[in-house]
Amino acid sequence: MPTTATSIVPPPAPDPPEAPDTQERITAEIAEAQAAAATGAQPRIDFAPYRSSALRHPTKDLRHADPEGIELVAPVFGHSDIDPVEADLTVQRGGDPIGERMLLTGRVLDGDGRPVRHQLVEIWQANAGGRYLHKRDQHPAPVDPHFTGVGRCLTDGAGVYRFTTIKPGPYPWRNHLNAWRPAHIHFSLFGTEFTQRLITQMYFPGDPLFALDPIYQSITDQAVRDRLVATYDHDLTTHEWATGYRWDIVLTGAHATPLERDEQ
Amino acid sequence: MTIPREALAPTPGQTIGPFFHDALPYAGDSLLVPPGSAGAVRLHGTVYDGSGAPVPDALVEIRQADPAGRPPRREGSLRRDGRFTGWGRAATDASGRYAFTTVVPGGVGGGAAFFAVVVFARGLLDRLFTRAYLPGESDTFLASLPAADAATLRVVRDEEGDLRFDLHLQGDRETVFLRYPRHDGPRSGQ
Ligand SMILES: [Fe+2]
Repeated sequence: MPTTATSIVPPPAPDPPEAPDTQERITAEIAEAQAAAATGAQPRIDFAPYRSSALRHPTKDLRHADPEGIELVAPVFGHSDIDPVEADLTVQRGGDPIGERMLLTGRVLDGDGRPVRHQLVEIWQANAGGRYLHKRDQHPAPVDPHFTGVGRCLTDGAGVYRFTTIKPGPYPWRNHLNAWRPAHIHFSLFGTEFTQRLITQMYFPGDPLFALDPIYQSITDQAVRDRLVATYDHDLTTHEWATGYRWDIVLTGAHATPLERDEQ
Repeated sequence: MTIPREALAPTPGQTIGPFFHDALPYAGDSLLVPPGSAGAVRLHGTVYDGSGAPVPDALVEIRQADPAGRPPRREGSLRRDGRFTGWGRAATDASGRYAFTTVVPGGVGGGAAFFAVVVFARGLLDRLFTRAYLPGESDTFLASLPAADAATLRVVRDEEGDLRFDLHLQGDRETVFLRYPRHDGPRSGQ
């Protein structure tokens, strides 16, 4: 039976009072903003395609300051702060969470390549269906009763962190019409100095949503964006148990010399 | 202070997003000392956006010395158990307000006394550092700023005797935020 064009085109949706931006428009804005921006090691904080950033970024240049005193000393965390089980997000709720079990490990280094030892790493993420437990998450995907999506650990003496978790799903958000975040895990990190504090997001290799995502694309340099993408590691993948991903994190450089670090 | 050359390019930041509340806040996160204990003081304020609206999904962290100007290097911030660690965390509430209970820091090594502050928020693509100087404190950095800018870095003592420090992410009263020398990647130079 011949198909007419009209039979496969859905009826036009009524115009909402304020038509939300389309992906096409956001994608065009991303290209425009990136072409106008100098490359840099950090995201642009004034990145219009990420709509929520409009009123939440300073418009004056950041002021140069030489770190001093308390800024040269990071908070210290230790084994009295966390329980080792907090590093396994698959055993927190008395049952197996749904999804692809994965091991996630890597090193936390400072800008000079020194391992950041015995320091706190915090993560949070959506479940396999792309849903957070968070009360503000309205995505109509199932909550997993066996998954909180929250983990903590301390790096070891070589700066290595390790988590067992479930691969998160992508999820929709309200930046524009049909906006979807690439799958990601949020990371919170500390260095040896307060100035090294970092919160970021880790992504998975080959995500088809990368090009469409204004948060990921707020980093205008591809080589810099790549630093947020984990690597699949088959040597870490465990027989009949879990896939393995590896992601190293480099904090900004420390300012104090080793002598100053000892003196403080 | 000698600043070594950057050897590795840093991992870039990304926004904290809207869903951090189950992960980062914890019981006692903002209570560096028990409320009502000797020397306890409240440090509080509101985080505002460029339209002057409060930001209800920001996270503020402070790092500070003890009253004698010593930076604590003690673990225990997540389970304080009476330990003063000089670090705390507070998410803003529905009105954009945050509050810590802590002690008044001394200046470290004869420097001016300030709280080191870092703020994160949904909509803010990277963290912002600043300083909250105690009333009457100054140093060459603060003195180098135009008066209106310097005022954004001063803690004020309010009617209740609490310390107040508002953060303006944007706008006429935009807070002065800081860039430390090694925040730029190797390509940007120092
Ligand atoms: Fe997220």
